[in-house]
Amino acid sequence: MPTKLVVDCSTGAVEEIELTAEEIAQREADAEAAAQAKADEEAAAAAKQAEKEAIAAKLGLTAEELVKLLG
Amino acid sequence: MATTYEAIATVTVGSGGAANIEFTSIPATYTDLLLMHSTRQNAGNAPSLLIKFNSSTSNFSSRYLIGSGSTASSGTSPANYAGNSDGSSNTASTFANGSIYIPNYAGSNYKSYSVDDVQENNATEAYATLIAGLWSNTAAITSITLYNASNSFVQYSTATLYGIKNS
Repeated sequence: MPTKLVVDCSTGAVEEIELTAEEIAQREADAEAAAQAKADEEAAAAAKQAEKEAIAAKLGLTAEELVKLLG
Repeated sequence: MATTYEAIATVTVGSGGAANIEFTSIPATYTDLLLMHSTRQNAGNAPSLLIKFNSSTSNFSSRYLIGSGSTASSGTSPANYAGNSDGSSNTASTFANGSIYIPNYAGSNYKSYSVDDVQENNATEAYATLIAGLWSNTAAITSITLYNASNSFVQYSTATLYGIKNS
């Protein structure tokens, strides 16, 4: 069972507490959401790169040459 | 000389690991907070380090600047991203180090924060991250959680919360 370390700053006491079923479910949902967000980000970056390469191809340039031209 | 930094509490993860590190009942008696941490997670390559204020993951937004060891990038994140830990794919027994500075944490305005975080890795790829963040919530911050929903912190990960007065 996963645990959390909880520090009570008013007393300095540290407790190792097992996560509740609700907290575990929330972790799973958070992990799924984070994985989806990362996949979305990577897809957006890939689409942007593909768009750049398509423009470069129309101009007869490589993507790197296009970046240099615009930079 | 007046005391400026005061260690409120510190915690070190034990042999069983920990999914979350939580500082609770943070007193409102300081002007600013500084959370210093040294962490490693049980999976991944430079896994993300995330934060919650008052158990909330909502209303976070940030701008980040990241160097990977070979390239630099920047962007906007709607999430509660607070840098990177070391993970199991990184050099054994190394830990990432970072700080999260939260000025006026007990006030009634939205809470800004800044992150300065470096990852340790004996390879070209090792991340350094700067983040300017905003938690759009007017509540005083009374608890801070460090976590990654997919991983756990390994033994010897540490975090210390400092209260700052007279800054």
